[in-house]
Amino acid sequence: MEITSETHSQHISKQFNHELEELKTHLMAMGGQVEKQVQDAIHALLEGDTRLAEEVCDNDQAVNDMQIKIDEECTRVLARRQPAASDLRLVLAVIRATSDLERIGDEASKIARNALALAEAGRGTPKGVIEVRHISEHVRKMVRDALTAFARFDTQLALSVAREDELVDNEYTTAMRSLMTFMMEDPRSISSILSVMWILRALERIGDHADNLAEYVVYLVKGLDIRHIDADKLDEAALKGKG
Amino acid sequence: MPATLSHVPASAAPAPTVAEFTEAESCFDIRDLSLAYDGKPALEALTLRIPRQRVTAFIGPSGCGKSTLLRALNRLHDLNDEVRREGSILLEGQDIHGPGVEVAELRRRVGMVFQTPNPFPMSIYDNVAFGVRLQGVKRKRQLDEIVEWALDSAALWGEVKDRLHSSAWSLSGGQQQRLVIARTLAVRPEVLLLDEPASALDPISTLKIEELIRTLKSRLTLILVTHNMQQAARVSDVTAFLQAGELIEYAATDTLFTNPRLRRTEDYITGRMH
Repeated sequence: MEITSETHSQHISKQFNHELEELKTHLMAMGGQVEKQVQDAIHALLEGDTRLAEEVCDNDQAVNDMQIKIDEECTRVLARRQPAASDLRLVLAVIRATSDLERIGDEASKIARNALALAEAGRGTPKGVIEVRHISEHVRKMVRDALTAFARFDTQLALSVAREDELVDNEYTTAMRSLMTFMMEDPRSISSILSVMWILRALERIGDHADNLAEYVVYLVKGLDIRHIDADKLDEAALKGKG
Repeated sequence: MPATLSHVPASAAPAPTVAEFTEAESCFDIRDLSLAYDGKPALEALTLRIPRQRVTAFIGPSGCGKSTLLRALNRLHDLNDEVRREGSILLEGQDIHGPGVEVAELRRRVGMVFQTPNPFPMSIYDNVAFGVRLQGVKRKRQLDEIVEWALDSAALWGEVKDRLHSSAWSLSGGQQQRLVIARTLAVRPEVLLLDEPASALDPISTLKIEELIRTLKSRLTLILVTHNMQQAARVSDVTAFLQAGELIEYAATDTLFTNPRLRRTEDYITGRMH
């Protein structure tokens, strides 16, 4: 049965409603925090703001703590409520989502660390920054859309994230190829280009995690596991078929 | 499966939402069964097949008709003149209301265990031997063998083998329930109907009954009525959800408890208001 964002607040037990609402609220708070980490890391890189980059590294611990706290809440709900059907799917989706959000947080720290390395090398604007800016816009939109899809139980929006991920993967491959060429042309740039490559790699991974988040939304709402299915096979008609 | 899902690999497709069994797989074949108590409908045109050597659970709110359906399967309603029935129930292809069917023989083939253990006021041994003696078995050696086999099958032999001749009432509630199951098993039924078999028992005794249900399904068909949804989820292979005398959803237990097809089922198993 397909569910809506209202479904989890209709139990006879108001306490149970409250517990499930809390899970969603805390997940969204964690999502907001992670989104900010990614945004700050990119900003620090593009503006050469080392203070902000250090802040991102320091804040990663807060994201980790949020994951542990939400996982504990999920464990408690599983143990005490033995949830079934859409309630069970919510708890599972939240557990999985926290794990991907935590990884996105790690990738944001990686970006910040490489931003610091680039700033310390201090050779002006490194090659590849345009690609980074471009891909980072896509990836940030993916994370934002995946979280919005989660909040609204919106499978259409979730599917659009999966499609966006294909785009990002293509852009990533192209960018890596042109950076390799730069490295061959100018060996003195190797270390700074490597840092940019690590940043691109981190962005690409963030896109993959956002894609995972979107898949959990489909699982939560439709009860359909679409992991390991190519995005081009996941047209909307496929999901409409499941009632 | 809807046609639009055809290109989604099997791993992503939902399991069948309706439990369908062929005649060959089925033990009971219930067709258009309606039952009314004193003119008031209790079951309305139920059609379902119950698979052989599986555990099937009937769940639903009080008064939904799940016990009525269970009792219909070994004709317990025959004793009540106010019950009207339409439709048919086939056991292994044979109509249980057919002219050649003897009720006593039907109830031997389709045994029943109730909520409250009801051992007879006699020894443990005599309880188990009761039905077998009625069938004409008199030789002590043969009776001993059957009693041991039945108690062993009911996971009670180890606990009572040294006091077979004490009163059945000396057993604990959980042991009494397993004794009643042993008494039913002694006459070699094909089906065991269990009406809330563990609801009067403590959690450990409940787990022993559930474990027993699991082991018995290798040789019997088991049908369980329970108010405890976690119990249905733990022990059954197939679950039927009934509401107001109607069969709402009948599906593999795995599907019904993770992704039910209908809103009414979802609301019931997750404890939501209507």
